Amino acid sequence: MKKNKTLLISVFALAAGVIMLAAGVLRGEARAILEKAVVICLECIGIG
Amino acid sequence: MKIKSKLRLIIQCAFAALSNGYLKGFLKGRIYSGPLKAVCVPGMNCYSCPGALGSCPIGSLQAILGSRAFNLSLYVLGFLTVTGTLLGRAVCSFLCPFGLIQDLLYKIPFPKKSVRLPGEKALKYLKYVMLFLFVIILPSFAVGETGVGAPFFCKYVCPVGTLEAGVPLVLLNKAFRYAAGALFTHKLVILAVILILSVPVRRPFCRYLCPLGALYGFFNRFSFYRYTVDREKCTSCGACEKVCDIGVSVLKKPNSADCIRCGKCVGACPGGALKTVFFRSG
Repeated sequence: MKKNKTLLISVFALAAGVIMLAAGVLRGEARAILEKAVVICLECIGIG
Repeated sequence: MKIKSKLRLIIQCAFAALSNGYLKGFLKGRIYSGPLKAVCVPGMNCYSCPGALGSCPIGSLQAILGSRAFNLSLYVLGFLTVTGTLLGRAVCSFLCPFGLIQDLLYKIPFPKKSVRLPGEKALKYLKYVMLFLFVIILPSFAVGETGVGAPFFCKYVCPVGTLEAGVPLVLLNKAFRYAAGALFTHKLVILAVILILSVPVRRPFCRYLCPLGALYGFFNRFSFYRYTVDREKCTSCGACEKVCDIGVSVLKKPNSADCIRCGKCVGACPGGALKTVFFRSG
């Protein structure tokens, strides 16, 4: 019973993750990440 | 057991090479700026590393939370939920380049290898402080006049960015060499402590500081990739707990949030009671 409940949670989490991922792409987050990641991040390298 | 351990090392090396495959960047002191950078990689891999082809999820999460356009990152949280649900902390063991570096350092012979550090219990909670304070709260709310928040974890803590991006770029770029000051020194000290500590202690960054490990650890208890103990076969010999370098109580909590899924315990089980399963309710 508990094992089936765990599997159910996993399937639900996976579906929720896919929906969030798709929603994020649709609202332009991937584009925003791309714009940030193609420039050297001065904070990340310890300069800025 | 040795074959599985070697296979894990091969996967780690292959994934580290694949996610840092932009060799031109290392030669010219530049970073890759193609469309692949819109895609997150599952492990800690700084997007300012000259070889990086994808984006670090922790860096991306802070970039979105600190931006003016968004106050929540569905894209990164969705990506982490999918990856975490499928693999849990197996990502730490198989797909994280910084995990590979720590594993290689741990192979260096040292007179006394430690499973636990003094204050282990408190230290384990540090990674949650990193996740909630440095990755989520500070970038979201400590914003400047422009309305943009800094990536606090990357800026003040992350040794991965220092090793993969800071050191090579400062070595390859004259302008960065002149600009490197107190912050760079501070980050170099953190990196040095983690690297030195990785020789006697297994995976100190993953265990005590990594916000990504904290997040994936949450998924360990219900991820598709998981461990199961066959209670009928198990003789409670304790072989699994003896080989665990991280000090996980394997029999009590085979899917503990601290377990990085290296598989040593599974290989050590003499009766085959401890098993890895994927997408099974067992």
